[in-house]
Amino acid sequence: MSSNLIKVALIGNPNVGKTSVFNELTGLNQQVGNYPGITVEKKQGVCKLSDSVKAKIIDLPGTYSLNASSIDENVVIELLLNKNDEDFPNVAVVVTEVENLKRNLLLFTQIKDLEIPTILVINMADRMQLKGIELNIPILEKELKTKIALVSSRKKIGIENLKNLILNYETLSTEPCLHASSIDPDYFNNLRRAFPNQLLYKLWLVITQDVNFLNLDRNEIKSSFTKSHADLKRLQQKETIKRYQFINDTLKIGQKIDVSKASDIRAKIDRILTHKIFGYVIFFGILMLIFQFLFDWSSIPMDFIDETFANFSSLAKQNLPAGEFTNLISEGIIPGIGGIVIFIPQIAFLFLFISVLEESGYMSRVVFLMDKIMRRFGLSGKSIVPLISGTACAIPAIMGARNIENWKERLITILVTPFTTCSARLPVYAILISLIIPEKRVLGFLSLQGLTLMTLYLLGFGMAIFSAFILNKYLKLNCKSYFVVEMPSYKIPMFKNVGINVLEKTRAFVTGAGKIILALSIILWYLGSHGLSDDFNNAEKNVVAELQSKNIKLNPSLIEDKVNAYKLENSYIGYMGKTIEPVIKPLGYDWKIGVAVVSSFAAREVFVGTLATIYSVGSHSDEETTIKNRMAAEVHPITGNKVFNFATGISLLLFYAFAMQCISTLAIVKKETNSWKWPIVQLVFMSGFAYLTALIAYQVLK
Amino acid sequence: MNTNSSALKIGETATITAVNLDEIPLKLLEMGCLPGNKITLLQVAPFGDPLYFNVNDSHVAIRVETAREISVLKDN
Repeated sequence: MSSNLIKVALIGNPNVGKTSVFNELTGLNQQVGNYPGITVEKKQGVCKLSDSVKAKIIDLPGTYSLNASSIDENVVIELLLNKNDEDFPNVAVVVTEVENLKRNLLLFTQIKDLEIPTILVINMADRMQLKGIELNIPILEKELKTKIALVSSRKKIGIENLKNLILNYETLSTEPCLHASSIDPDYFNNLRRAFPNQLLYKLWLVITQDVNFLNLDRNEIKSSFTKSHADLKRLQQKETIKRYQFINDTLKIGQKIDVSKASDIRAKIDRILTHKIFGYVIFFGILMLIFQFLFDWSSIPMDFIDETFANFSSLAKQNLPAGEFTNLISEGIIPGIGGIVIFIPQIAFLFLFISVLEESGYMSRVVFLMDKIMRRFGLSGKSIVPLISGTACAIPAIMGARNIENWKERLITILVTPFTTCSARLPVYAILISLIIPEKRVLGFLSLQGLTLMTLYLLGFGMAIFSAFILNKYLKLNCKSYFVVEMPSYKIPMFKNVGINVLEKTRAFVTGAGKIILALSIILWYLGSHGLSDDFNNAEKNVVAELQSKNIKLNPSLIEDKVNAYKLENSYIGYMGKTIEPVIKPLGYDWKIGVAVVSSFAAREVFVGTLATIYSVGSHSDEETTIKNRMAAEVHPITGNKVFNFATGISLLLFYAFAMQCISTLAIVKKETNSWKWPIVQLVFMSGFAYLTALIAYQVLK
Repeated sequence: MNTNSSALKIGETATITAVNLDEIPLKLLEMGCLPGNKITLLQVAPFGDPLYFNVNDSHVAIRVETAREISVLKDN
């Protein structure tokens, strides 16, 4: 074959550093997308092997074996069984880890059975000495019928060798390393006779799991070769035992472990991190640190961004020729973009913390620590990962619930995760808190605003747990509860992996949410600066007439203000706001806040952007004003009181804490639960509850 | 002594004699939870559940109800 593009599939167990190897091979030359129709992340990248040959590398989801138990794992099997898939690999690279070689090789022997050219990567080779492990590579290569690349992605060793092996993939053996069919010779012989043109192991996989298989009629095989579920499972167990026998025999001659050298750092750290008291203290300490960090530290770049965009806006206004187009740029687009960019520091920090916790291996300990408690509420210890990553964004969090084995626990996790405080709520909280909570410190170092933010986070968690408890009581679902959590060894997170992850997630969030915000801010600007009625078009005349009739004299700039306010009130947006005012008035909101609440139904962060757009329409054009200052100055036209007072602020905070204001989340819940029922239940319950609490809070506090 | 893996004490090692295939997920088998392999209890979570084992050199946490379905013979 003379193709200059070699297709490579990167396969491996979770926690073996597969992504590190992928990052080393492709650098920043990677794209993340989705597999069509499902929300499994598809990562691929390009790697230059020589002057004329490149490799297209596909990073497949981590899997323990070719027996799929989740959609993520299904992706692996479907690709490897389908020769017609455009991504069907020329060569499979199986990544294993030196300390877990025995278990990792199980998947390797399965891949070999598919007769695809296969390279074995033994990663984390730099830890061999520390762990007292010695490998006899020539023997292993001979027994496993493959070529081995010893790699340390951390120390950047062995990558060139791996590239060379990929380049010369055509010389690799495609012979299986063992004959799994000997577990039931009669059965497999019959199968072979019935389908002489098909790979035996492929047939076996098709029989044992639900794979969409294109060129084989599954029903045909199934009807004549089906065994009872229990029999199949017994055979699968036999197969697994057989594979382990082979692996043990191979490692006996190819691997030496000096047990005395193996340090037990993992055991020592485990003893502290999973301790019944210190374990929780450390966990809550880490959470608290994250939130203090998040509010105190990210406010510096956020203030800077806020002011920069205000400056941009007035610069544009001064330097571009006056007219519709300039207004669109300076009042619609620039504040709109500013409303997106301002999140970047906090989102990046959040993703940074989460990916450090995951990479280091700590997250699995939290799962272990929390399982018993979470189960009382119908959740699983594994729900803690969605609940924590929900603080960044509910969408990846809900997808992360996939590895919860029990459907009921998974469903409850999906339903309650949107209560956790996602980063889209942050800008709303940040601006409201800074308006209504004084900038004081308690005990000398804890900022009162930071504490308020933390309270809101706890409120979100509390509500999630409480609704889980209710759902657990009333959902009648009987599911077998399986819970298997691998406890990986502790590792210092690799800067490159964390960096790429933070960059990727932040970019996806900003572009995803950014499009909605930008579009909405343009629409809002239009609706706010145009009106149908005579009142709008004759604003100036009407205002002047009214002032004259009351015999009031004002200087020109104040008159202009009055005119603008009058225009806004009679614009399209003014009408819309006024229409819904009766519904939101009991919560303490005026029609401008109402417009912001309604437009932020698509995505919460739109709230701030909308207010920015609405207010900049009604403010002095020659002054630079930040959104916050503008909101602080807003007074009620009749009473003269501040609009964003304590009662309204708290009412808004509570509303945003509980309401289901995110279309993307509803869409993902529909996808993950495969029905409209659950997203609708979620919407009605969350938003109804939000309205009620906001109402009570305002009526009590006002 | 014949027992099941949930009855082990922290630090105790045993040999797996049988697993109840109806109750044990395949994933656990694939991690090496198979008859003949060694199993060591490493940690017990607060409130006594889940249990953290070393099975066949895999470090894995499972719930007590699952651990009960793994029959073991204690090493002396």
